[in-house]
Amino acid sequence: MNPFKALLAPRRRELPFPVPAGSTAAEAAGVGVRLGGRPVLDSVDLTVRAGEVLALVGPNGAGKSTLLAALAADLPVDSGEIRVDGRPATRWTAAELALRRAVLPQSAALAFPFPVEDVVRMGRAPWAGTAREDEDDTVVAAAMAATEVTGFATRPFSALSGGERARVALARALAQSAPLLLLDEPTAALDLRHQELVLRICRERAAAGDAVVVVLHDLGLAAAYADRAVVLHGGRVAVDGPPAEVFTGALLGEVYRQPVEVFPHPRTGVPLVVPKRLA
Amino acid sequence: MTAAPYDGSTAPSAGAPARRGRTFALTAALSAALLVGCLLSAGLGAYDIPLGDVLSSLQHRVGLGGQALDRVAESVLWNVRLPRVTLALLVGSSLGCAGALMQGVFGNPLAEPGVIGISSGAAVGAVASIALGLTFFGNWTITVCAFVSGLATVLLVYVLSRSGGRTEVVTLILTGIAVNAFAGALIGLFIFFADNAQITQITFWQLGSLSQATWPKVLAVLPCAALGLLVAPFHARKLDLLALGERPARHLGVDVERLRIVLVLVVALLTAAAVAVAGIISFVGLLVPHLLRMANGPGHRFLVPGSALGGALVLVAGDLAARTVADPAELPLGVLTALFGSPFFFWLLRRTRRRQGGWA
Repeated sequence: MNPFKALLAPRRRELPFPVPAGSTAAEAAGVGVRLGGRPVLDSVDLTVRAGEVLALVGPNGAGKSTLLAALAADLPVDSGEIRVDGRPATRWTAAELALRRAVLPQSAALAFPFPVEDVVRMGRAPWAGTAREDEDDTVVAAAMAATEVTGFATRPFSALSGGERARVALARALAQSAPLLLLDEPTAALDLRHQELVLRICRERAAAGDAVVVVLHDLGLAAAYADRAVVLHGGRVAVDGPPAEVFTGALLGEVYRQPVEVFPHPRTGVPLVVPKRLA
Repeated sequence: MTAAPYDGSTAPSAGAPARRGRTFALTAALSAALLVGCLLSAGLGAYDIPLGDVLSSLQHRVGLGGQALDRVAESVLWNVRLPRVTLALLVGSSLGCAGALMQGVFGNPLAEPGVIGISSGAAVGAVASIALGLTFFGNWTITVCAFVSGLATVLLVYVLSRSGGRTEVVTLILTGIAVNAFAGALIGLFIFFADNAQITQITFWQLGSLSQATWPKVLAVLPCAALGLLVAPFHARKLDLLALGERPARHLGVDVERLRIVLVLVVALLTAAAVAVAGIISFVGLLVPHLLRMANGPGHRFLVPGSALGGALVLVAGDLAARTVADPAELPLGVLTALFGSPFFFWLLRRTRRRQGGWA
């Protein structure tokens, strides 16, 4: 890094250290959040561990996105505490938090027509002025290849379809190389192939030692790819555990107010969740 | 949805060197055009001074040889033309840069000091200081007053036009209409209470002209403009991130609140610098960043300093045209920029509307 850049670099930041798999990457302790006077989360306890894919599932309005936003330190919590990398989220600076957690928002917007590659490269901004700045090109290229957006690297973001935008936004979040990855419905706009692709990426990141929290609507995807599933219901954690144990017809039927059938896949044994339909 | 076929020519970072080349070429072209514009503007006018003489006199003053001109030419050049060219440079770069910054802060390509009422807001302060005969900061009084009322207006527009971290085009433009109307009323009130001499001074000033340029006027706006222009480029990269939205920018480590406060201050500084001496010159801050964005993409690291350069070029050229096309009469500069700027703004509105599929 040249000395002039070093001079202009942001003030000294505490860089994150790699942590062993299974250690706590982030946690919510008795978190309550009220939005517009209405309680959205009510004393939620949640531990996010390194090396693990954690699926947040639940019906609309259960508080999934709010919990994710609270973990991302986007929202002030009204009670309890969010801890990221061992320290209360409010005690990190924005720059230090950016080295520790990456967030994929539900919808990706862009005010100006930046080309796709520039958008992905924005994910590297937190590392500017650190030793890992030198990895920028490799990391950006890898993130674009992983999400299959390399083919339209030079096209403006505004000219992309919804699904393409979603993948570019994911590539940006991946390029941030943070040990905690928070994804809000990353599969919502995607076709079958890319849904699978995204969750495979989640698994790879977890295998590499990162903690991945992903909000999902598709219970089948959650069952197939998550190490742990947390079912939210009315702003509380209804159940927390491996999908094969917690996805039961009785529980899901009650939470979703829709009778479901859960049965193992004939070949893999992964639970399949299907709404009960007539005939 | 189908992925675009991969044709090999769009491999990552293949575009980067080409883009850097284009940025460099554009910067060089703008600088060269600006230099030529300045020299032409210094020489042409009611009293023509040949280009060679201009260069010679400039050389003489900085002590690099050359020679002084005869008394009249020397006086015209140094007391009339050069202050005017310098003022055009300062005002133009301030307006261009302020436009680029505002569009970045609002995340909206239609934000511009003139359109959304910041210029009128600053004008209220300037008119007030003339009408009330304020002199508490001496030479800097008008600039300071313009800064204070301009700052109040930016804050007001910002608070009124944003909701949920976004600025809708309609809200922004409507807020601009309201602010412009209110500022117009205040200016009218001050004119109503001013005496004849003050009214003449205000009217000249309001037309948006550089015809009253003197060195003291240059000095009056130099601190504001220089400070704003120096601070602005350091926030360019953060403005890029802000294009993602406030939350995503924060996720990438941008202290959004702080960035916003700094940039709003800078915009107020720049607008005040421009408005205090030259009245309301609209559309420069809209036109210049847009043309540059079309030519070289939306990256703010080029756009912010580039818009300052482009704004300076537009104003130097505009001022030259204003005082030469209708020779011996002089067109008000503000009228000229509005004449060319408004149709462009109209086209931009249409295009934005088409892209969004309506305003609602």
